[in-house]
Amino acid sequence: MSAERDLRAVARAERDRIRSERLRQLRRNPAFVVGAVILGIWVVCALIGEFVVPHEPALVDILSTNKGPSSEHWFGTDVVGRDVFSRVIVGARPVLVMAFLATVIGTVLGTVIGLVAGYFKGWADVIIMRILDAISALPVLVIALLALAAVGGSSQPVTILIIGFVFTPIIARTVRAAVLPEAELDYVAAARLRTERAPHILAVEILPNVLPPIIVEFTVRLGYAVFAIATLGFLGVGVQLGSPNWGSQVAENYGRIFADNWWSTTFPAGAIATLAIAINLVADGIVESFEQ
Amino acid sequence: MLRLTVVSALRRLLQAGLVVIGATFLLSLLLRLLPVGLEDLYVVGENEASRKAFAHELRLDRDPFTYYVLWLWDFVRGDLGWYVQGGGLSEPVSGRLSRALPVSLQLVFYAQAVSLVVAVPLGIFTALRAGRRSDRALSYGLFTASSIPNFVFGLLMASFFGVTLAWFPPLGYVAPTENLGEHIRSMVLPVAALSFPLIATYTRLLRTDVIATLREDYVTMAVSKGLSTRRILFSHVLRPSSVTLFTSFALNMGALIGGTIVIEQVFTIPGIGQEIGIAIFSRQFFALQSYVALIAVGFIVFNMLADIVVGFVDPRTRERRSA
Repeated sequence: MSAERDLRAVARAERDRIRSERLRQLRRNPAFVVGAVILGIWVVCALIGEFVVPHEPALVDILSTNKGPSSEHWFGTDVVGRDVFSRVIVGARPVLVMAFLATVIGTVLGTVIGLVAGYFKGWADVIIMRILDAISALPVLVIALLALAAVGGSSQPVTILIIGFVFTPIIARTVRAAVLPEAELDYVAAARLRTERAPHILAVEILPNVLPPIIVEFTVRLGYAVFAIATLGFLGVGVQLGSPNWGSQVAENYGRIFADNWWSTTFPAGAIATLAIAINLVADGIVESFEQ
Repeated sequence: MLRLTVVSALRRLLQAGLVVIGATFLLSLLLRLLPVGLEDLYVVGENEASRKAFAHELRLDRDPFTYYVLWLWDFVRGDLGWYVQGGGLSEPVSGRLSRALPVSLQLVFYAQAVSLVVAVPLGIFTALRAGRRSDRALSYGLFTASSIPNFVFGLLMASFFGVTLAWFPPLGYVAPTENLGEHIRSMVLPVAALSFPLIATYTRLLRTDVIATLREDYVTMAVSKGLSTRRILFSHVLRPSSVTLFTSFALNMGALIGGTIVIEQVFTIPGIGQEIGIAIFSRQFFALQSYVALIAVGFIVFNMLADIVVGFVDPRTRERRSA
């Protein structure tokens, strides 16, 4: 029993060593650092943005609509006179929170399903994978739009659930592919011989060893979630009307981009782009560090 | 060997058929489980009898399973259902679809063609220069551009090239039969917006595969025989390197039909994406069921074709997959 404990300690130390090695590698990757810094800035905006913005983001000022960028309004004002800079800052929260929750839901569900399908194989595996195939054949955006239209246009919980739901098959497939070879290894057979129960084997033995692809998939999906939420906001569903979600800001103002007000569309659009780029840079850096 | 390929192709076909049934059934179920209650939405009428008759016509009085089987039977015969309005049927879905689908397919076709034409030389170029500054600049540039959501890209291009510079119309669609020159001009911006992420994906895939192929023994052999770089590239490297690219190409075919929805919205192009948008906002769920089912079928079919064709082109993947 104590020999087993020693072995576990050794295995944990080895994992820690690999992890700190990876972190060092990440810090040396300039693309990752740039991505992490931008992402960090947006996270800070999401956390404390509402306390530091120069103007009340929701304040409508009919006397100063469509004002260009100035020292008073750094990013100008939108079609109803709201301060674009303040709205872009506080807009980070709905986007990041929704994207994060949706990705967490998809990752947790997908990991559970992937573990089960990859470990038990056989009929359960075939049936689960075919159902997932069927789900992933339905176009993400359209399914989200359909469900949102059904509940009346704007529900953040439904948006989060739907995006998590459509991510599930993709993550399940990745996890299953990682579990399949892992389940053949000796330590799993040993755990079975010790008559450990299947949930224990899956959660304690296999899961820590298939974490790398799950982490990679999580970061990649987070980028897609930001995409999806911004796009749904742009199409006018998925978020409350007047929400500072960047996609909605673009939707509210892009009619004027062809006339005289480029700033109230370009800055929130740029915010979406920088966040998406930052997450992708971070994801790319993590992928590289796991490949080596 | 070939027979094996045919057998696995047939098996793939059967699988695809099952997935089509699964996906359309899920969709049908989703529709019946909607919290809005289709009966309240559509079945309005003067009296109980006429309401009942209409609910029967819409098959809302059937259980979800029977509803699905009847729907599927209509669907395979090309009856895509009706738009419903004010307690009656207003317009067949197939009519609007036959106007919208060609427009979207055009958009998808142009985007794919442009993407390949740009991505293949870029992929080879970056692979040959792997690790050098030109490769890094191009790869990161494309990567960054592909991280920008489609509609953001489309809007920024529409405002810059469409309004500020006024090189191309910022929105609208002109049919090729109407005026070919204007048609091409009206397609430039939407196609560019759709192509950018594709170019980035294709370039990246081809770059990785070309780098891998260049390390193969037979390429070293060809080099040592003194063949020219161009000859080696086109007759020895490109074909084995294009398998992943081809798979991704086929997968994107299906995904693009769904993906045009946003671009059609931005550039007001009367394609299937705009039809779906209209159907969603006017709550035409029967029409939506047909549209989404068609997109799903397209996605599954292209997915399957990719698998089968790759099996014929590169027998190695077949063994790898069955192993």
